[in-house]
Amino acid sequence: MHRRGVGAGAIAKKKFAEAKYKERGTVLAEDQIAQMSKQLETFRSHLEEFASKHKQEIRKSSQFRVQFQEMCATIGVDPLASGKGFWSEMLGVGDFYYELGVQIIEVCLALKHRNGGLITLDELHQRVLKGRGKFAQDVSQDDLVRAIKKLKAMGNGFGMIPVGGSYLVQSVPAELNMDHTVVLQLAERKGYVTVSEVKEGLKWERERAGHVLDHLLKEGLAWLDMQADGEPQYWLPALFSDLTSQDVSPEEANQMSP
Amino acid sequence: MDRFVWSNGLLEINETLVIQQRGVRLYDGDDKAKLDVGVVLLSTHRLVWRDQKNHECCISIPLSQIIFFEEQAAGVGKSAKIVIHLHPAPTNKEPGPYQHSKFSYIKLSFKEHGQIEFYRRLTEEMTQKRWENTPASQPIPTATASQAGRTRAVGIVGIERKLEEKRKETDKNISEAFEDLNKLMVKAKEMVELSRSIASKIKEKQGDITEDETIRFKSYLLSMGIADPVTRETHGSGTHYHMQLAKQLSDMLQAPLEERGGMMALTEVYCLVNRARGMELLSPEDLVNACKMFESLKLPLRLRVFDSGVMVVQLQSHSEEEMIVSALDNVSDKGSLTAEEFAKLLGLSVLLSKERLLLAEKMGHLCRDDSVEGLRFYPNLF
Repeated sequence: MHRRGVGAGAIAKKKFAEAKYKERGTVLAEDQIAQMSKQLETFRSHLEEFASKHKQEIRKSSQFRVQFQEMCATIGVDPLASGKGFWSEMLGVGDFYYELGVQIIEVCLALKHRNGGLITLDELHQRVLKGRGKFAQDVSQDDLVRAIKKLKAMGNGFGMIPVGGSYLVQSVPAELNMDHTVVLQLAERKGYVTVSEVKEGLKWERERAGHVLDHLLKEGLAWLDMQADGEPQYWLPALFSDLTSQDVSPEEANQMSP
Repeated sequence: MDRFVWSNGLLEINETLVIQQRGVRLYDGDDKAKLDVGVVLLSTHRLVWRDQKNHECCISIPLSQIIFFEEQAAGVGKSAKIVIHLHPAPTNKEPGPYQHSKFSYIKLSFKEHGQIEFYRRLTEEMTQKRWENTPASQPIPTATASQAGRTRAVGIVGIERKLEEKRKETDKNISEAFEDLNKLMVKAKEMVELSRSIASKIKEKQGDITEDETIRFKSYLLSMGIADPVTRETHGSGTHYHMQLAKQLSDMLQAPLEERGGMMALTEVYCLVNRARGMELLSPEDLVNACKMFESLKLPLRLRVFDSGVMVVQLQSHSEEEMIVSALDNVSDKGSLTAEEFAKLLGLSVLLSKERLLLAEKMGHLCRDDSVEGLRFYPNLF
């Protein structure tokens, strides 16, 4: 990519090049950019018209939001890329998802001391809804998933692990490979797992099972219950249901961890 | 199905609920009725059906309309049903979901079972015919004074009709919205194709593009939300918008950064900034792209990515050496430290204090003891 050169020679060269291209029927890039500017204005007013009629629909209907997002993806447009984009400015889609992003980060941060930075999508959904309050717009799990995908741009290891028909949302940069993931999936049923269960369920050697479980312990994703009947049990706080868990403050958690 | 009338589903005085069952679909004769799955209620006087999702859609039929009824056993892939044969509708019947029907019977399809009990209670009611003994009077509307029964009935039907119109209007709105959305997407697609053509021409150097034109092009892409791989190589992802943003952030984050030991995780910055803005929020990408411009704009902040992928904004004055020295000093002082302990000492988040310890380790000043009890750092005496 080069700047327009100064001097008669450069100008002549340019005119020659232009003529050559025009001869071949090729439209030049700079002409197209000018064309795009005009088309953009037209598009903007179409979008404005659409917004004046249907802006409410986006806010109210999660089904409509899904449809909207999928269509954008199909044509190669990301309506959430920038708060300065037309979509965000005129349809308000941006603010909806970016605010949701803030709420998701805050919930994950508040619970990190307890679950090590791993939380089920269900629990995240419940807590975000609670935080938003009675009079706020309802959000679906699809909305959360899209907001989380956007958060990935900021590093910090936001990711989603498929487990038991839903997802675990990871909000810390803990390294979790396939082995860890599959053990999490195994533990999903009861909320805990033992070395033997991993051995038998996945047909691994004891050493591999132990190694993976130790890593989860180190990352703060699992707690060890040495007083269980039989073998020690590795519990995953992320998988605790509200019924069996009790809220612990960060200070208490620090006292409890080894 | 033309015997049904619109109803508000409220029980009338002297009318008692006998049994109700969810998951029931109605059939007009042998055809599925143009209604969704709902709840069927049997009272002493009527058979009532209400849509499970849209509670305003509610219809009823007096039990006196029933001639007889029989069970239809479930089959492969078919739920059990009760077939109900009906008298013709009276001429002065109130409006209902169907104007006409060629069938004189309906079916209740029990998708979630419950047909056995329902059949039993229906039999009882049809035998006892309790509605003949206790004619139900109209339910008293909340606001109006007592009127002739006929007028009140019209009032209720009028409300029903309005609700039905509103429901149709909502449905129409949604399908109109989808149609308009489709048209909009067609236009958006044209923009995408045009931008792709331009991008490939820039790449192939077909034509002479100035600096200015490139920047303009990038801002067009930003407006449309189109990804921009070509010009990113030569110009980065930023636009004028991001430059402005970078300057705003630099002003805004000075104080918070000082308070937090000179460093903040990008997610923390995101929350702080967006909470302050309240509306016209920044996207995560906006924030990242703005922060990337700190250095070229000679602002006193830097975006930094640690090996772990954690992204932070740090005050430029907090140099790397200072952080490492501080980490080493603190660890030596206490003999050893975990990330949690270090965090408490400095008033930093655990995440960031861990990154500092790792950095010091990387530079060879600390070494680790990694056990199930946690990660602990010691001065490196090797």
